[in-house]
Amino acid sequence: MTLPLFFFYIFSAICIASALMVIASRNPVHSVLFLILAFVNAAGIFMLAGAEFLALILIVVYVGAVAVLFLFVVMMLDVDFAELGKGMLQYMPIAIVVGIIFGLELLMVAGSWFITPEVAGGSVLPIDAGVENTRALGQVIYTRYVYLFEAAGIVLLVAMIGAIVLTLRHKPGVRRQDIATQVGRRPKDAVEVVKVESGKGI
Amino acid sequence: MEFIATAADYLLGIPFLGLGTQIGFVYKALLLLVTLLLFVAYVLLADRKIWAAVQIRKGPNVVGLFGLFQSFADLMKFVFKEPLIPAGADKTVFLLAPLVTVLLALSAWAVVPIAEGWALADINVGILYIFAISSLGVYGVIMGGWASNSKYPFLGALRSAAQMVSYEVSIGFVIITVLLCVGSLNLTHIVQAQQEMGLAHWLGIPWASFLNWFWLPLFPMFVVFFISALAETNRPPFDLPEAESELVAGFMVEYGSTPYMMFMLGEYVAIVLMCALTTILFMGGWLPPLDIPPLNWVPGAVWFILKVCLVFFMFAMVKAFVPRYRYDQLMRLGWKVFLPISIVMIFVVAFVLQLTGWGWHGGMA
Repeated sequence: MTLPLFFFYIFSAICIASALMVIASRNPVHSVLFLILAFVNAAGIFMLAGAEFLALILIVVYVGAVAVLFLFVVMMLDVDFAELGKGMLQYMPIAIVVGIIFGLELLMVAGSWFITPEVAGGSVLPIDAGVENTRALGQVIYTRYVYLFEAAGIVLLVAMIGAIVLTLRHKPGVRRQDIATQVGRRPKDAVEVVKVESGKGI
Repeated sequence: MEFIATAADYLLGIPFLGLGTQIGFVYKALLLLVTLLLFVAYVLLADRKIWAAVQIRKGPNVVGLFGLFQSFADLMKFVFKEPLIPAGADKTVFLLAPLVTVLLALSAWAVVPIAEGWALADINVGILYIFAISSLGVYGVIMGGWASNSKYPFLGALRSAAQMVSYEVSIGFVIITVLLCVGSLNLTHIVQAQQEMGLAHWLGIPWASFLNWFWLPLFPMFVVFFISALAETNRPPFDLPEAESELVAGFMVEYGSTPYMMFMLGEYVAIVLMCALTTILFMGGWLPPLDIPPLNWVPGAVWFILKVCLVFFMFAMVKAFVPRYRYDQLMRLGWKVFLPISIVMIFVVAFVLQLTGWGWHGGMA
């Protein structure tokens, strides 16, 4: 057994165990924390496979941003566990049937998985071992697949704008801070020097 | 058995005993760890001393000469106090949070090149690794704030999550502008690029190597990075997660003794990491400021540490005289000022590089 293999078993064991704990733990915040652990270990497996760029992007995007917001939302929820467990027995038979069908389908797909040797041999883009990961990805994404890549970017942009449009509300009569007006204010606009005669008031 | 032998050789091998081929990984890691922790102890003291000097106080001056052993006295005090865990707290997560903070902060140091070839692991995606690890730093804060099961810590944790995610975006864009110039994600390459190309070479005065460094051509990004680093490490004026005038101590309210010390330690290790990153990205890492005889005889590690100290001095001065931002101002600065500036700068830098053919191209010219 070599060192990478040893680490592979460690990473994958922790990954599977934490993935199980995601659905097994009672507290939703613990579930999210286990999900994060599963992500990190999956990144470790990517790293062992030599996909270092992908591994770190997985951590930056999923663990560093997506899971933080996910945790953020779950922490705010006030979950009543007794209420949650009530309908359990009622829905159990349906859940079991759906689970069995899904499991069988997965088994069938996995069992008949087959790549013809011609396809595997004549892989579209042969991997060049001498080029580092990031460079290799960039060379493919920005040349051969540039249209697809840009299209994916536009889809994400549309989704982002859509989310902003859906949540943006313009409330009338809200006082906002306008930094430019604050900074651009002159003393003579704000202060008035008045000579008050004694005993008269203004 | 062969596996155990290889692993032991890699981790513990000592060349002069004939056991291994290189100095074991464990010794290098331990050396880095001990040096780092000692450095952090004095950085902490320096922070308090500078702050005190700005306010015309003396600062800690009782333990040892000029208070030089203050940090170690504090360490003893924290360790020997009784750790209290609130009754309503989620015990596991509560104790895990400070551990996560410290471990993440320390593990990022594995790729930092203190001098040429001195990085513990000189990986090709070094800068991305540091970015990934520092983006995980927010978990310590969120877990601590949530597990305390108390109002102030929770508010602090929410603020921190929003703040750190926001400023990571602009840090990411700043890193991208540097990467455009370097053409590599390797931290060693980033420093080498600042040695081999730049303004001084272009002007024909290669000895003035401080002109080569990226702080000059990328000056706006240098400023954005510095301020974002302050926000990312929850330093004043962006210490909203622990704003004492509003939230007592923010996410750390319920912590005491060793767990509190670990939060503190993790925070300062992260601050020193950000200083080191500023040094590597913009201030030429281990390179001497002037490439002339008395200066370039000094070992690179010394220059690196001096530059880190300089950046930390700026951190400390900002803490001493900038008032705390209001939360909406903080968000405005991140999203409405830094984000547009850094996106525009990416376009400008890419345009200039493409037009003039400058850039280091990962050392492949």
